Amino acid sequence: MLQFKLVLLGDSSVGKSSIVHRFVKDSFDELRESTIGAAFLAQTIKIKDTETQEDIDIKFEIWDTAGQERYKSLAPMYYRNANAALVVYDLTQKNSLSKAMSWVDELKSKVGDEDLVIYLVGNKLDLCDNVENRGGKEQEEEENKRVVTTQEADSYAKDQGLLFAEISAKTGQGVKEVFQTIGEKLYEIKKPELLAKKNREYGRNSSEAVDINIQRPNTNDPTSCCS
Amino acid sequence: MDQETIDTEYDVIVLGTGITECILSGLLSVDGKKVLHIDKQDHYGGESASVTLSQLYDKFKKSPISKEDREAKFGKDRDWNVDLIPKFLMVNGELTNILVHTDVTRYVDFKQVTGSYVFKQGKIYKVPANEYEAISSPLMGIFEKRRMKKFLEWISSYKEDELNTHQGLDLDKNTMEEVYAKFGLGNSTKEFIGHAMALWTNDEYLQQIARPSFERILLYCQSVARYGKSPYLYPMYGLGELPQGFARLSAIYGGTYMLDTPIEEVLYDGEAESKKFKGVKTKLGTFTAPLVIADPTYFPDKCKSTGQKVIRAICVLNHPIPGAGDSDSLQIIIPQSQVNRKNDIYIAVVSAAHNVCSKGHYLAIISTIVETSQPHVELESAFKLLGPIEEKFMGIAEIFEPKEDGSKDNIFLSRSYDASSHFESMTDDVKDIYFRVTGHPLVLKQREDSLQATT
Repeated sequence: MLQFKLVLLGDSSVGKSSIVHRFVKDSFDELRESTIGAAFLAQTIKIKDTETQEDIDIKFEIWDTAGQERYKSLAPMYYRNANAALVVYDLTQKNSLSKAMSWVDELKSKVGDEDLVIYLVGNKLDLCDNVENRGGKEQEEEENKRVVTTQEADSYAKDQGLLFAEISAKTGQGVKEVFQTIGEKLYEIKKPELLAKKNREYGRNSSEAVDINIQRPNTNDPTSCCS
Repeated sequence: MDQETIDTEYDVIVLGTGITECILSGLLSVDGKKVLHIDKQDHYGGESASVTLSQLYDKFKKSPISKEDREAKFGKDRDWNVDLIPKFLMVNGELTNILVHTDVTRYVDFKQVTGSYVFKQGKIYKVPANEYEAISSPLMGIFEKRRMKKFLEWISSYKEDELNTHQGLDLDKNTMEEVYAKFGLGNSTKEFIGHAMALWTNDEYLQQIARPSFERILLYCQSVARYGKSPYLYPMYGLGELPQGFARLSAIYGGTYMLDTPIEEVLYDGEAESKKFKGVKTKLGTFTAPLVIADPTYFPDKCKSTGQKVIRAICVLNHPIPGAGDSDSLQIIIPQSQVNRKNDIYIAVVSAAHNVCSKGHYLAIISTIVETSQPHVELESAFKLLGPIEEKFMGIAEIFEPKEDGSKDNIFLSRSYDASSHFESMTDDVKDIYFRVTGHPLVLKQREDSLQATT
């Protein structure tokens, strides 16, 4: 099992917690207002090693902001040793993308790890009636609340070397894929390091940024497949 | 959408994010209180923060070093987390207990401090922490070792309700001096028991009843027994992680955090003698609560000096401490009598192994209670133990305590951080304030919501 720390960032009310709830519990609560109680969740996914076809368990330790981002009071502890960050904006809120951009800057300055995987995520896709996808149903146009274009966010993400997706925590559209992609990406980045460690018997350095314990996956087990 | 107006009414307002305030904020939020936590500074930790090297230069030096020079010498600024107040956690101490019960251990990783040393006649020696170590310690002669062994056996086998384990001593009647006499311990043994194990900073304890000393020695021995090398723990990334961890606990339970928010005005209800705390005015608005908890810097008029000043010297080294092996962390106690003082001098050493400085560096923080008009000279004996020093930052802090208990005006103030080498007096303050604020003693329960993991 590989364990990674994933942090959520973005303006309040863009749906950070809803995304995590969709991912971890596969549920959506219309009335979720702010984050209280559980701001530390874990979820395990399976990915495949592209060379050996081995199943790899990846556990995400997911840190929610617990509202501390609101008055610019996120502690340095929050970013520490993060392996991945989900920077979320709201497709229906004009300035939430620029806020997301400043979170990306903040992340890059605070996290030393060059390997940090940043995923820019536009949430509330369910509120956006995508004209191209629907084949131009004009009568539904008034329901389209999208104000941030795909192109705008996509070109920014490309420019900054971020992964990018538009999703809906409400319907679940695209949520699993985001975490799956992060898992695969992290595995790809960390694999050489893991192999090196394996060969050196055991790197017993607890001050290592990533606490990774390798468990030999059961390669021929037909029951261990991706869900 | 969610940019709704900020809530303005709270159950408790907490000012300052030092460790004392953050623990209280966390505990009260877990209790279901609606907490607003404000700091005038833009970072967590208040007086007990860990800061970067550039912040340290800004704070202590009149002519700061250039960024280029600093980085050439000391590496990246973000690798540095230097404690302003040096302390270690006792493995079996109350802070560890609070951390475990609140699950804040989830956010902070700890490392064992590798050694505990005591200074004697110009050299440092490892403090023996159990019967076996006592036997092999070069600190004592052969006969003294046997006496020390007997003493430690008495400590470890003492049971309150079994009179035969007391060996005729009464912890509440006999003084510690009498206890030492019973075991026939010599002056130098008394010195390291009293100062390096019971961690008294002076010799007043000798004439006091033995119980507090007994409890301190027991805490020391039990703490060592847990992991072996020393009785101390230290958090990765520095002590500043502790307030951050408790602030996160508070936030998770609904606490609202506002850093970089100076208090423009404190509002009161009533007049003169009978006036009570009502709220605070800030750039983000006016917030009210029936009571406030704050560190002394927010209500200087309501605090008085204890008459004590602590001098702290933060020293950056590029080598381990001479004579302590390659230890990545240790405590050295210089007992007062060894250097003709009234108070002990402490040296806390941590290093890159704790992610508090860049690779190859060590941080040694010397502290003691000021006794003369030339405080920096008082630290000479400690500087000598460190070998070459790359950089030195010195500061003197006056120790303040609240004038009143808060029952009259609902303003509950913490004490300044003292010269002790651990957090036991700080947690006493936390418990005391908690009791005064809530009317009931602090009872630690395990958090119920533990890890919400699926699969």
